[in-house]
Amino acid sequence: MFAVVIVLLVSNSPGWPEVKQQFFNREFFRESLHTVPKAFLLNVKIFLVAEIFILAFALVIAVMRGLPGPVFFPLRALAVVYADLFRGVPTILVIYLLGFGVPALQLSGVPTGELFWGTAALVLVYSAYVSEVYRAGIESVHPSQSAAARSLGLSHLKTLRFVIIPQAVRRVIPPLLNDFIGLQKDTALVALLGPVEAFRQAQIDVAEDFNYTPYLVAALLFILLTIPLARFTDWLVVRDRRRQLALGGVR
Amino acid sequence: MRKQFVFAFLVAILALAAAACGSDEQSADTTAAGGGTGTTAADPCAKDQLTLKTPGQLTIGTDNPAFPPWFQDAKGGPWNPTKEPTKMGYEAAVAYAVAEGLGFTDDEVTWVVVPFNNIFKPGATDFDFDINQVSFSEKRAQAVDFSDSYYDVEQAVVVDKSSNYAQATSLADLKEAKLGAQIGTTSYDAILDTIQPSQQPNVYNSNDDAIRALKNGNIDGIVVDYPTSLYVTAVQAPNTVAVGRLPSAGQEYFGLVFEKDDPLRECVNQVIAKLRSDGTLDQFAQKWIEGSAPPILK
Repeated sequence: MFAVVIVLLVSNSPGWPEVKQQFFNREFFRESLHTVPKAFLLNVKIFLVAEIFILAFALVIAVMRGLPGPVFFPLRALAVVYADLFRGVPTILVIYLLGFGVPALQLSGVPTGELFWGTAALVLVYSAYVSEVYRAGIESVHPSQSAAARSLGLSHLKTLRFVIIPQAVRRVIPPLLNDFIGLQKDTALVALLGPVEAFRQAQIDVAEDFNYTPYLVAALLFILLTIPLARFTDWLVVRDRRRQLALGGVR
Repeated sequence: MRKQFVFAFLVAILALAAAACGSDEQSADTTAAGGGTGTTAADPCAKDQLTLKTPGQLTIGTDNPAFPPWFQDAKGGPWNPTKEPTKMGYEAAVAYAVAEGLGFTDDEVTWVVVPFNNIFKPGATDFDFDINQVSFSEKRAQAVDFSDSYYDVEQAVVVDKSSNYAQATSLADLKEAKLGAQIGTTSYDAILDTIQPSQQPNVYNSNDDAIRALKNGNIDGIVVDYPTSLYVTAVQAPNTVAVGRLPSAGQEYFGLVFEKDDPLRECVNQVIAKLRSDGTLDQFAQKWIEGSAPPILK
């Protein structure tokens, strides 16, 4: 019923024919299908590489944050500062600063590629967010688990490794996926440094034709990627709950 | 269920009301425009007959910052249109000459900032015309209108002095280069159409970013219009050099940009024709765009 109302509202508005021409144009849609999907491969490459490093690095930060005892205070402080800093600075600024700033320092031995620094910037920023997700997962595991592990004689790190983290990660799979999906969109920011990825290619097409339909092509590609991922995550969670809670039937 | 129905009903009412209001406004606009034009047989280019965004004022758009040799502030650097106006620079000179030709005094000219990419948005503009090294192209002319040429332009390739490409003498020498250009520019098109490099060129939001990438060594060369390359090689990136100009497929030129079907364009074209025939445009070019041009690469 709501959808009907929205459709009625949109298609009866005075500007609709022009908007339809500008944003939903079949001819330019087909033209962009030749260029934008190819550029989308670069986005895929970037986020696949970045996600691997993010998942690993964020776990390190999260563990560092939870190290007990006064002797580990510097590491804890470092983790806190890191998370605050890289969640606080807008991603676009981090990309600019690293992508244009570091190569400008002309240090020898430091890679200067724009893709390298763009991906590195994404890894640094997203690790900050994901480390908080991990932290939430770790803290949600009941303290009896770590108490039991300690009473079995496992050290702090061994407890984490064999008892806490396996449970924690399973609990936070949906938020982890959330951040992964956000990462997929943010790969478009790497285009600031020069490489032509899907959104930039759509921008090039738009600038050439003065029609905004290519943006629609890019948007659809991102959606087509997100939906199967989301369903896969749902399946993972269901399967995991079934195993953990020894549920007999469906769901 | 009942609540949902009531809510949807209210939304539907609002929607229909909005659609009705929208069409009312549109018809009101057309009657006003109709009333304005058909009445007088006087000179349509007389100052009080011109259709302007703000009556009595000539609103000109350009980007921020506006770079030499097109615009210059008092210290010879890039100009900020939100600060004090300037008459220094080729485009500044042309803009004020056009304003004078239309009958405006200097303080009847106001400047607005229009990012380059926003110039071609279809629909109403907030400037009377835009002057920002905008090259005429058929596609752009579908969205906006161009005046006649106020500058015939060539593209130039700028490379680092110490790179191998500084010795390039032909287009083939540039085939392996990693080039860059600003998005949506004829410079970018020139890379794809004329140089046809083997690597996909990089695209940047602005020429500043492209120059930064050139300095960092991420790209081997950038393509910009020849006068811009003068400022780039002299000030922004002193250890670069314009290694050559590109042959143009057709004659590329800069035109002032108008909203589609703006009657002001005809009047401005008359002024430009006069500036060209009495040598004013040449004088401006001599003053602001001298420099020995690099060879044309073939």
